[in-house]
Amino acid sequence: MSERNNILGRIREALKVSAPLPGLHGDTASAHRSTESPASHAREWLPSVGASSEEQVALFAKNAADLKADFQLFASRDELIIALIKLRDTEKWSRVASHGGGLTNFANKALGLPVTLTDHGYNVQEMEQCDAGITECDALIAQTGGVVVTSRSAGGRALSVLPPHHVVIAQRGQLVSDLPTAFANLQSKYAPDFPSMISFITGPSRTGDIERILVLGAHGPKKLTILCF
Amino acid sequence: MDALYLRAGISMVEILERLGHKVICPNEIACCGQPPFNSGYWDEARTIATPVLEKLANAEAIVIGSGSCGAMVKKFYPDLFKGTRYAELAKQVAAKTWEFSDFLVNKLGVTDLGAKFPHKVTFHDGCHGLRELGIHKQPRALLANVQGLQLFEMTEVSCCGFGGTFSAKFPMISTAMGEVKCTAAAETGAEYIVSSDSSCLMHIQGLLSRQGKPTKTISLAEVLNTQ
Amino acid sequence: MSSNVSDFKTRATEKAGDLRHRSVIRTALRSYEIVRDKRKAAFQSWESARQAAAETKWEAVNHLDKHLEALTAKLEARGTKVHWASTGAQAREIIAQILRDKKARSIIKSKAMTSEEIHLNDALEKEGFTVVESDLGEFIVQLRHEPPYHIVFPSMHLTRGEIKDLFLKELGDAPSDSPEELTMVARRVMRQKYITADVGFTGANFAIAETGMISITENEGNARITAALPKTMITLMGIEKVLPRFSDLALFLPMLATAGAGQPMTCYNTMYSGPRQPGEVDGPEEWHVVLLDNRRTELLADAEQRDALHCIRCGACLNVCPIFRNVGGHTYGTTYSGPVGAVITPHLRGLQEWKHLSNASSLCGACTEACPVKIDLHHHLLQNRRNASASQPSFFEKLAYQVFGIVANEPAFWSLAKKIGWLTQPLQRAIKGSALDPAKAWTKTRDLPPQPRESFKDWWSNRK
Ligand code: SF4
Repeated sequence: MSERNNILGRIREALKVSAPLPGLHGDTASAHRSTESPASHAREWLPSVGASSEEQVALFAKNAADLKADFQLFASRDELIIALIKLRDTEKWSRVASHGGGLTNFANKALGLPVTLTDHGYNVQEMEQCDAGITECDALIAQTGGVVVTSRSAGGRALSVLPPHHVVIAQRGQLVSDLPTAFANLQSKYAPDFPSMISFITGPSRTGDIERILVLGAHGPKKLTILCF
Repeated sequence: MDALYLRAGISMVEILERLGHKVICPNEIACCGQPPFNSGYWDEARTIATPVLEKLANAEAIVIGSGSCGAMVKKFYPDLFKGTRYAELAKQVAAKTWEFSDFLVNKLGVTDLGAKFPHKVTFHDGCHGLRELGIHKQPRALLANVQGLQLFEMTEVSCCGFGGTFSAKFPMISTAMGEVKCTAAAETGAEYIVSSDSSCLMHIQGLLSRQGKPTKTISLAEVLNTQ
Repeated sequence: MSSNVSDFKTRATEKAGDLRHRSVIRTALRSYEIVRDKRKAAFQSWESARQAAAETKWEAVNHLDKHLEALTAKLEARGTKVHWASTGAQAREIIAQILRDKKARSIIKSKAMTSEEIHLNDALEKEGFTVVESDLGEFIVQLRHEPPYHIVFPSMHLTRGEIKDLFLKELGDAPSDSPEELTMVARRVMRQKYITADVGFTGANFAIAETGMISITENEGNARITAALPKTMITLMGIEKVLPRFSDLALFLPMLATAGAGQPMTCYNTMYSGPRQPGEVDGPEEWHVVLLDNRRTELLADAEQRDALHCIRCGACLNVCPIFRNVGGHTYGTTYSGPVGAVITPHLRGLQEWKHLSNASSLCGACTEACPVKIDLHHHLLQNRRNASASQPSFFEKLAYQVFGIVANEPAFWSLAKKIGWLTQPLQRAIKGSALDPAKAWTKTRDLPPQPRESFKDWWSNRK
């Protein structure tokens, strides 16, 4: 407790002298200060996303492709299931890990493979051996081509990173335009009782640590597939 | 500049006079005080800069050939004199100080001086001119109207490594930076490196001649003063 | 001259002339520049975003006490244990004590520059704990027993061939020098370590006061696994990492990715608000967050340079810095290198001992232009120089500038000095670059321009 007081005390002492306003190189004259948060207009500065939902779907597809994620959009759930089964066969999956949920239950049943479900705890070694981790998500973000998962909506913390292939099953209505919307939605959906982990996943795991050359699957999944209907 | 790069100064004066301006060069001004300022000796810098400020007080506009000295007067004098009785004057002088190419393009609205320089050139942006004063488009607008001149941009925007006393305090780092610059310039295939900053040119030329490289350096004012 | 300075000069001189180093770094950073420019151009207004980011960090740092109190209250409310450390030694002891209490043996770490700052690995290894860095670049430099070369790209100074040899020697496994296969070797080695590690250790990129969260940015997924599998999790963060609001991340995450690596977003941006909560299926049973001061409050007390605490450690200023690119990250001898290191190290570790880092700059300003939170980096270098010479002037330098001041202010002296300079040119040429040459530092590698007989001033007075 005492170090806490020491540190806070030093901070308060230091802050008695006020600092020049930022980003103006000591020139305070032209600074504007308003009561709203400085970042509240972020939407106007971040990369543009297009107005219609068609444009946003197209943008998501383009961004996901740039990230080397595989995004597939289907007209119905049945078509999605057909694609998932095709994936199972081409990749020769023998076991998957997943969690219970409106979308995943359907998928897991259709796959007809042994499933490691995380809902009531799981064995890590067993999950490690699975060929794919199949989860739901909280949102798809057009602006980045990424998905949002949480410990509550996507089967815990490990499921979306441990197996070598992460498959997300999503619905078109989960697509949001931009990052500010994604954050606002999370806040209205969960606050104050947030899941203990919220993760913005933007493409499959990657590294550039060897000569800045891109390699996928550094620690997390080598593949990220987003199936959406 | 006074002692080492007189042709740039002469060209500036001749251009301005041709455009019908009366040029005054206060004989007593030798240096803006940047060397001690950059080394942290602000008292000593003020000793040099105070008379400069006084001499410049009554000018209508102050045109400075070197982006670096320009930045000193325009950007750093207000810092240097903050809290002294010269603070106001420093701000006034700063407000009417112009870098040469900026003065031509944005104050006088002139971009074509009828110059002719049939050579391949590349342009080096002096860092202080570029980042403190925002000089980038102006020299390019002027060069675009020089007859016969072909401009090839370098792929890398980087410092030439001069940095005033830095070049003597850390000679090897400074030299390496200069070499990177010369390589980037050579990659463009240019015959001349043009710059508005004579101290950068001095540094680059120093490296080129030591290494026996054929690329030449020339100041922007001289290019613009060719006929 | 302190040994820091002479070590720095020796290493800098050696690296600056090392053409292999120069080309490795130049190639790596050229590709960075291209993608970064593309990502910046995708912003509708990068400049407005920078200004807003700067103002947000200003708000955070200038009300740091309130934000830290809010942060810790929220964290503690959900079962996180928050510790406060004034010094590196205190932080090390707090962390070691947690490990002892848990009877832990092995620790898996994701990247944390704060842990480099307090030399945590050494301390823990001395106590017999096994510490494994999981970030690939950190893992590589750990195998080489050297500190990270760069705060974001720890192993960028190495070629694939060197990494292959290293893996062969240390791991006995390196099928080829392909980056892909080498990465897979590391992945295999690490998987088992995750599963058996007792404690996971992470750093922090942002802490959200409003919601009581720690946000971690990474590409590999190693931090995600570190925070998922071990039973105990420890996070070490500098006290300046706070942001006021959850929504601020919508701006900061893409800016960090763009400035730091030219990515639209880093692959994983994860916000943690507690240990495993009731109803959740995994995650650590215990989470300890250690807040580190380590003289950050001294920097905070310098209002002129307080904005240096806005730093989000993106590494952009290192990437564009011509000094960094030529002398390399290890030459600095500090945890934080490049422009930001040159600004803050004199505050964190002593002005007189580290002022040479502020002197070793041409003040080109590329850093300030690159910084996503608009820290006035190169002007802070000037201020450090001013503060250093005010508190401990160099006698000769001061004298020299005083004499220079007299000469420059007196036209007769100025023209005399120029005459002497012109007259002695033959002599200058004769001694050029030799030990006798007063301008040796310059002339060893460069020529001086010939000095014309007539100066500009002579020309000016003659034409009247
Ligand atoms: S000072 Fe700015 S550019 Fe440098 S690492 Fe920090 S945030 Fe990035």
